[in-house]
Amino acid sequence: MAEMLEVSGITKRFGGLVAVNNVSFSVREKEILSVIGPNGAGKSTLFKLISSFLRPTAGEVRLKGERISGMAPHIAARKGVVRTFQETTIFKNMSVRENVIIAHHLRSKASLVGYFLGTGTAKADEAAFGQSADEILALLGLASLANEIARNLPHGHLRALGIAIGLATNPSILLLDEPFAGMNHEETMRMVAMVRRLRDLGLTILLVEHDMPAVMKISDRIVVLNFGQKIAEGTPSEIQANEKVIEAYLGSEDEAIGL
Amino acid sequence: MTRNRNMKLASVAAFLAIVFIAVPAAISLSGRIDLYYTLTSVALLSIASAGVWLTFYIGRINIGQGAYALMGAYVSAILVMDHGWSFWLTLPVAGLFCAAASVLIGLPILRLRGVYFAMVTLTLTEVARLLALALPITNGAKGIVSIPLPGALSVFGLTIIPDFATLQNSRLAFYLLAVTLMVACFGVMYRLVHSRIGKLCQSLQQNEELASSIGVNIAYLRVIAYAVSSFFGGVAGAIFAAISQSIYPSSFTVTDSVNFMLNCFLGGLGYVFGPMLGTLVLYFGWDMLFQTGQFQLLIYSGLMIVLMLVLPNGLLSLTVPTRKKA
Repeated sequence: MAEMLEVSGITKRFGGLVAVNNVSFSVREKEILSVIGPNGAGKSTLFKLISSFLRPTAGEVRLKGERISGMAPHIAARKGVVRTFQETTIFKNMSVRENVIIAHHLRSKASLVGYFLGTGTAKADEAAFGQSADEILALLGLASLANEIARNLPHGHLRALGIAIGLATNPSILLLDEPFAGMNHEETMRMVAMVRRLRDLGLTILLVEHDMPAVMKISDRIVVLNFGQKIAEGTPSEIQANEKVIEAYLGSEDEAIGL
Repeated sequence: MTRNRNMKLASVAAFLAIVFIAVPAAISLSGRIDLYYTLTSVALLSIASAGVWLTFYIGRINIGQGAYALMGAYVSAILVMDHGWSFWLTLPVAGLFCAAASVLIGLPILRLRGVYFAMVTLTLTEVARLLALALPITNGAKGIVSIPLPGALSVFGLTIIPDFATLQNSRLAFYLLAVTLMVACFGVMYRLVHSRIGKLCQSLQQNEELASSIGVNIAYLRVIAYAVSSFFGGVAGAIFAAISQSIYPSSFTVTDSVNFMLNCFLGGLGYVFGPMLGTLVLYFGWDMLFQTGQFQLLIYSGLMIVLMLVLPNGLLSLTVPTRKKA
């Protein structure tokens, strides 16, 4: 399988602290790759480096061979690397449908002036975005909530909306920041099924997650971080058997790594 | 849908009829010519306030509009006095000058949010005043006086607007000018807010990080909105200089900047026409309290506090349902 995203030798220092140290791995096309690790392992920093919300101290991230690290987030998004947020980050005072429509920004063909004047291109854009938004909402089971104001949504639906916003940008690779955090078992299973469906539709997905059982279930491959360094990489069964991983998680319950 | 549209057209027509026909008619019947000056001021201040409202719409508290009004006024006055330009040409030039200046100023300061941006813009007004005092071109504290009234505006030999100095009633002419520009300004604002640009601005207001993650160039959009805002400020200031035929460093001060912001608050930050209503109510409200003498400011500020507590979404929230369907 072709490589979609390539992370090579990426390092991030905050003053004296090395949050991420010389980490390399790659994400293949149409796979679900999870990054896991104990608290403070550098997962979130790595996530921000890949989505260009942080500039790496050294190393680089390439999407289909093109360097994207060190650029502004909206440029990375334009190239096809789009993230969702850990917190329930949405446009609170817009309706669910408006949230998804606005997220089609990258697909717009008309200019700002075009939108102001209401040209044909602008109108065509609006119509296309509305239709595509409805399709995305249906796919994620949000169709019945389309006209609800986003801040009124229950927790699980908010997460789905976050993903809907990500999908609307038509990304090459979607980065999910702890998609299962704060969910109960049933919600988690539903989310696992949803993320898999996205993968089956041809999307490449990289996720950072705490919830081990969910990660073991969902991932095609897993990268394990500890103290900012990559300590293991492999399929879920390989990771479960890896001594270094077990050591890193020692002290936490066996359940945590799905044993 | 069509009914809604007809309603809108009818209210626009009614509004135009009131400001262009009913008000002048009422004033000439009652002989209260002084009201022209008051209403002209309201129209101009509401243009400047509309600019402030737009910066609110991208999530920035702007207390610096006075700086751009002053800048626009000086640009127009200097071009007319020292370079013999026609006032009509200086009007867009003053606006564009302010827009350009606001791009330079906005690029660094628009990165700030919340109270930090507000503080910097507040300082901006004071900086503008001090600059007007210190720069040789602005003639210091003496200001620029005896600015001629706007001359005739002709295009291809056709006189569109007559020379104001030849008019019997230049007050009416200024009123019509200010109101025309106000209508144009709010037309532009309405279109901005109800097109996709408005939604993009809202996305900035609600979450800049998310906006940039979906590919919105937030820095660019912020600067554009701020430039449009400052353009309005500059145009309003330029007309002010023409009406009063003079401009001083103290013509627009921090108080004016604060008032522009209050106009938006009072009218309602969620409504495009909020600043227009807010300016009208605030301007007349202040005047009406004049009779209370030394208690004027006390009553005024007390009322403002009560209004903000009772109507946090502004006066327009009384009439318009809190949320319209998109």
